[in-house]
Amino acid sequence: MTEMSEQTEAVPEIREVPPVAPSAAEMLRVTDMKKYFPIRSRGFGLFSRTVGQVKAVDGISLNLNEGETLGLVGESGCGKSTAGRTILRLLTPTAGKIVVDGQDITSLSAEKLIPFRQKAQIIFQDPYNALNPRHTVGTIISAPFQVQKVRPKGGVKNAVYELMERVGLNPEHYNRYPNEFSGGQRQRIGIARAIALKPRFIVADEPVSALDVSIQAQILNLMRDLQEEFGIAYLFVAHDLAVVRQISHRVAVMYLGHMMETAPRKIIYSSPLHPYTHSLLSAVPIPDPKRQRGRGRILLEGDLPSPIDPPSGCVVRTRCFQAQERCAQEVPPLRELTPGHFVACHFPIEAKDLPKRIDLSAQGIEDSAAADVNRDYLEPNPSDDARVKAPGV
Amino acid sequence: MRQPDSLRVDQRAEAGPYLSVSNLVVKFPSEDGIVNAVEGVNFSVTRGKTLAIVGESGSGKSVTALAIMGLVNRKSAKVTGEVWLDGEELVEKPDSGIRKLRGNKMAMIFQDPMSSLHPFYRVGAQLSEAARTHRKISKKAAREEAIEMLSRVGIPAPRRRVDDYPHQLSGGMRQRVMIAMALINSPALLIADEPTTALDVTVQAQIIDLIGQLQSEFNTAVVIITHDLGIVADIADEVAVMYAGRIVEHASTERLYASPEMPYTLGLLASIPRMDRETNRLDPIRGNPPSPLRHPDGCVFHPRCKYTDRVPNRACFEVRPELLESERNHLVRCHIPAEERRRIATSVLGAGTGGGAAIATAGAGGTGPAAPVGGPA
Ligand SMILES: Nc1ncnc2c1ncn2[C@@H]1O[C@H](COP(=O)(O)OP(=O)(O)OP(=O)(O)O)[C@@H](O)[C@H]1O
Ligand SMILES: Nc1ncnc2c1ncn2[C@@H]1O[C@H](COP(=O)(O)OP(=O)(O)OP(=O)(O)O)[C@@H](O)[C@H]1O
Ligand code: SF4
Ligand code: SF4
Ligand SMILES: [Mg+2]
Ligand SMILES: [Mg+2]
Repeated sequence: MTEMSEQTEAVPEIREVPPVAPSAAEMLRVTDMKKYFPIRSRGFGLFSRTVGQVKAVDGISLNLNEGETLGLVGESGCGKSTAGRTILRLLTPTAGKIVVDGQDITSLSAEKLIPFRQKAQIIFQDPYNALNPRHTVGTIISAPFQVQKVRPKGGVKNAVYELMERVGLNPEHYNRYPNEFSGGQRQRIGIARAIALKPRFIVADEPVSALDVSIQAQILNLMRDLQEEFGIAYLFVAHDLAVVRQISHRVAVMYLGHMMETAPRKIIYSSPLHPYTHSLLSAVPIPDPKRQRGRGRILLEGDLPSPIDPPSGCVVRTRCFQAQERCAQEVPPLRELTPGHFVACHFPIEAKDLPKRIDLSAQGIEDSAAADVNRDYLEPNPSDDARVKAPGV
Repeated sequence: MRQPDSLRVDQRAEAGPYLSVSNLVVKFPSEDGIVNAVEGVNFSVTRGKTLAIVGESGSGKSVTALAIMGLVNRKSAKVTGEVWLDGEELVEKPDSGIRKLRGNKMAMIFQDPMSSLHPFYRVGAQLSEAARTHRKISKKAAREEAIEMLSRVGIPAPRRRVDDYPHQLSGGMRQRVMIAMALINSPALLIADEPTTALDVTVQAQIIDLIGQLQSEFNTAVVIITHDLGIVADIADEVAVMYAGRIVEHASTERLYASPEMPYTLGLLASIPRMDRETNRLDPIRGNPPSPLRHPDGCVFHPRCKYTDRVPNRACFEVRPELLESERNHLVRCHIPAEERRRIATSVLGAGTGGGAAIATAGAGGTGPAAPVGGPA
């Protein structure tokens, strides 16, 4: 096994996420956006009153350039989907400002939103429910042309054939129904529909979460190819940190409606500074027994607090291993600590300062020199005491 | 361990596997034809050890588990082969006999916790019921056990939570309750079918740790079904890779990640994006898994396999390969000779990356030096 094999295999094409041109235009800018859902109680008679609010998104800011992918990650319920939908104005924002391709869409009327939808599209998580089972694939993919009253050159049908081919579907299946397709194929249908009008910006909400790994890889490659070809900007919502690493240029970490940390991909995975990001990364098992078995973990104690009644100060403090008194009093602002690296924490911490034996993320793996430096992180845990417990705050 | 006779089980288990499955076949007749869900599966598990079963959706993992647990409806399905649990054969056993074992000697954790928790009963009542079905203990004692079990699985304030209904708990807590329920009679065999798929990684980490702790305490034989190759790397002693109802590769975890041989396994490993390194373009397996109504002739994987030209006489298309020993305790179902399989694996996955998968390049993203990872120095 150790001898160098003669290269009998075709070496797979080596390509990286292509860097975004520095001059790329800004596609999206979101400023202090909030989305609250009112909780109503039925009072006496017909009156209902608002008894509280689900603060699903509680003031987030982000930006995205042409041809760039921003990965949006966080635990279930942290507000990722709500953020994505509000940005596309599928939900009405409670506060804040959303600018897409230079146009302020924060309070556009439904009518004015129609042309905007040519530019901005969404791909949903669930390839099973996102498609109308009574419509043929042809009808589904041609819907955007009908809605937008766009007449492509050569006719709609030809355009749909081309789209089907582009996403790897057999155009002969034009008249089939969604239930005749596998999950991966259905996701291709959803993608074909989303790119029909050559949008410049796509929110992809967990587009591969429901798919098997081999199919997931096919879809990720397809999304990347389309991005290169058309310069699409993606807001890629996902909870799978490995998938996000594969496709994103930058990553944003959310927790309970707030942005915790944003940075270029490489920095998020190799030198994060936010305690929550450390915890999240340390929880992802690495598919390599030699590495995985030696890793320590930062256990996040307990459950996510309710977004109806979030903790005071920093929302992470009830589960944070770094939490101190100040965290309960002051909301940490999102500060730019190094260029492009934003962190919302009073006490950011570097991986090297974490308690010993916690091998968090990618450091030590990117190149062998770094692996040597971090060798002590790679040793097996002799006991549980290497696990950091959150102090009861 | 609470039960005196479980000690006896412990000693007997020293002798050999606690569970062994031999030539298990499950077919579901349907309108469109026969669904060949499981096509002759063999494996065994010893107490204290963990076997992971991995494979794509529809490969027959859950049906295998359900058949072992006697939960495949025998009126609608044909189950053949043998399942031996602690010296008893289960396939031929009447349902009443299996019911005595289920929840007692063997238990299962399902992917969806709501499928095994009753929505209208308090969790405490469901836990004590599970205990009282198999053991003669008072209601009061059973309730105390339920509370203890809840605290063992890390539910805060168990004395209060014991009277909650399932919907009052978060997803992670429900999963814990289900684990508590599966373990309340300290079964010697635990089958966990995608126990964390619906959960966040943070909660997943807690649950996986918990299963590991309880396993070492009760010396449980664990079969974990998952599609997450990270979880497998974390906890499994052995891995069986399933494809189209068959095991196509079976080895120790270390061995499987360090030198996989079956092209399907290679494909899986090359398909996964990894958190711990920058990967260039993923190299997915082409196509889709076959319909269980019509498995391809020859090797079931041949329509998706890149290496059919390595085998003479079109054998991949015409001859079913057997699951054969490639090396001690490493079984592979493929016509390509072992030597050549290893050469292929080395060139696909790269040598010397510590048994890792996926082709790694460093310095992706255009910042920093592009030093190649791994590769023989
Ligand atoms: N229409 C709604 N009405 C009330 N609350 C809602 C609504 N939609 C979402 N929420 C709540 O807002 C919060 C954020 O939900 P959201 O779906 O955005 O989370 P998410 O990060 O996408 O989670 P997941 O990973 O589970 O998809 C949750 O607490 C959710 O219950
Ligand atoms: N009760 C049933 N009747 C008919 N076919 C069934 C039944 N249960 C399962 N099958 C079929 O048997 C095959 C194997 O299913 P199984 O649930 O074991 O897959 P799996 O490997 O667990 O997949 P997943 O990862 O999606 O859970 C599938 O094709 C499935 O559709
Ligand atoms: S501000 Fe305090 S509680 Fe919040 S993440 Fe930083 S250390 Fe933790
Ligand atoms: S037997 Fe042939 S088709 Fe099957 S995995 Fe081996 S090379 Fe591929
Ligand atoms: Mg969501
Ligand atoms: Mg299953």
